[in-house]
Amino acid sequence: MIGATGITVPALNYVAVMPEIALIAGALWIMLATAMSPRRIGSGASLFWTVAAGCVSLGFSVWQWEGVTPHGAYASFDGAVVVDGLSAFVAMTVSLTVIVAALIEEGWMRRRGQSAPEMHMLTLLSAAGAILMGAGNDLVVIFLALEIMSIGFYVLAAYDRRRLASGEAALKYLILGGFSSAVFLFGIALTYGATGSMNLAEIAKYLASNVLLHDGLLLGGMVLMLVGLAFKVAAVPFHFWAPDVYQGSPTPAAGYMAAVAKIAGFAAIIRIFVSTLQPYRADWQPAVWVVAVATLLVGGVVALVQTDIKRMLAYSSINHAGFVLLGVAAATTAGLSASLYYVLVYSFMVMGSFAVVSLVGGPADTAHSLEDYRGLYRRSPWLAWALALMLISQAGVPLTTGFIGKLEVISAAAAAHLVWLAVVAMMSAAVAAFFYLRVVMLMFSPSYGPPAGAAGAVDSGSMVAGGEGVPEPGSVAEGGEGVPGPVGVSSGGGVATASLHGEEGIVGGGGDASGYDAVAGEPAGERIPVPLSTAVALALCSGFTVFFGLFPGFLTAMVHVVTTAIPIH
Amino acid sequence: MTISVQWYLSLSVVLFAMGLLGLLVRRNVIVMLMCVELMLNAANIALVTFARSLNDIGGQDAVFFVLVVAAAEVVVGLGIVVSIFRRKQDATADDMNALKG
Repeated sequence: MIGATGITVPALNYVAVMPEIALIAGALWIMLATAMSPRRIGSGASLFWTVAAGCVSLGFSVWQWEGVTPHGAYASFDGAVVVDGLSAFVAMTVSLTVIVAALIEEGWMRRRGQSAPEMHMLTLLSAAGAILMGAGNDLVVIFLALEIMSIGFYVLAAYDRRRLASGEAALKYLILGGFSSAVFLFGIALTYGATGSMNLAEIAKYLASNVLLHDGLLLGGMVLMLVGLAFKVAAVPFHFWAPDVYQGSPTPAAGYMAAVAKIAGFAAIIRIFVSTLQPYRADWQPAVWVVAVATLLVGGVVALVQTDIKRMLAYSSINHAGFVLLGVAAATTAGLSASLYYVLVYSFMVMGSFAVVSLVGGPADTAHSLEDYRGLYRRSPWLAWALALMLISQAGVPLTTGFIGKLEVISAAAAAHLVWLAVVAMMSAAVAAFFYLRVVMLMFSPSYGPPAGAAGAVDSGSMVAGGEGVPEPGSVAEGGEGVPGPVGVSSGGGVATASLHGEEGIVGGGGDASGYDAVAGEPAGERIPVPLSTAVALALCSGFTVFFGLFPGFLTAMVHVVTTAIPIH
Repeated sequence: MTISVQWYLSLSVVLFAMGLLGLLVRRNVIVMLMCVELMLNAANIALVTFARSLNDIGGQDAVFFVLVVAAAEVVVGLGIVVSIFRRKQDATADDMNALKG
């Protein structure tokens, strides 16, 4: 803009992107320290800086939240980035995810005898992309943020160079992710051609004041953008990459990707479709219904026949994506609140599950058959309890966060007159409960029997009994007690684990003696060493799941504040 | 002589479809990466076309961002291909069978 007096630059309000800046600064600092330091920087130091960056980012996003709640949203960078309830919510959730993921990654590397900062760094960078995706108010910014996040994920998936499957997973993710990004970009181009702008506020203004006589371009753009984002959140029929990628990727990275890609993807779906393309609701809503039903059914049914726990969790995450889509399909304030709540509690459940899987998988990260979980309770009771808690929460058993998530989503869908969709969701939840409880049963089954068709042999009667017994014991309730002070819980959980398992192998500094070339899993009957950082992460996830399952009021009030600010007519 | 917008858009759609088809049909990983690039650049042509016809600069500067993204994606992609190639002297998608599906 060259005026008579010079060039006018738009106001750059860096406060709007402080969470992203904190995370990127953390990653750059780790890189610099690695390059400049005369000594080798281990993963312990980079863990410290990663958690610190995550905490700073969390602080900034809480600060943004505190500013947004009374004063309302504001846009910055010439309208390209917006700070509102949704962006602050995404920033807070992703920051928490980063902290938990860094702890799990650290434990995973410790057990392998590795010590390298790259994994933490990639976690920080991709999280910055995810937060920006929630704050992007311009289609180009959302595309760039999506790519920042995805490229970080590709490298994270390829991180385990000792296993060929990791490279394959990364390549598959890269090719299909690149494909979906290109489809998304073409959708952006068509939307731009139809509305004359890439800024979401401008698009909304244009659509509100004009009636398009020939809306073919815009409809095509909407379809392509929906396909691109459906790929990222692994919704059927664009889900086929997820099981392979989760199975091949390093286990902590898989949990992190499953959580963060869904948070950011659904934030973008809500911002683009529900908020901006509101006038075209009659056109996109049926498409979301169809995708939601397909996702619920395929995710639930195909998970039943999986024999690899990471593939099973991948299909279960597809199933969860269906529940979140159900709230989006309702497109009411209650539906969106339920979706956001679901995606928040889901991220803790899935990372907790993958944290246990990363330990049971052994130093080589290969023991992921369901049979490896037979009798886990005998080997490592605390790990078995933790995984059981995560799984019954995912199944939607009362007194956990997962139950409230499913309840809210289904009741929102029913309230929006999508009764048949709600019925499909309930059926899907019933099917899903079966495969979660199957794993719980395996873990608490007494012996290491031969793996002869054991998965199918479990009868449903005993399964129900096992499921009901789980929420009872004191350990679960205790996990919830100390939650308000996260630090207290962390140390408490870690100590509790340590005292139960004995001494060696558990203290964070000790690391695990078994080298990579040792046996794939732990020898039968031996307990699994739990690194301190993973124990802390598990305590955080379990505490979150139980505490907010018992007292959901705080979170539901929070997501309600987010969604009432989204214009829904 | 003026060439109407429709021709530019047709070119972009044809290139995009070629990239899509190539991705589905071809099995060499390098060629598949090239197909992804083709799709991204087809979208670039559409962006520039719309920017010209709308007389708006926004679409044209988006193209620069897309070019950078495409370059970054290829760098990561080739890095992954090289790391697989070191272990396994091949880069064909059909031979990747450690993961089913």
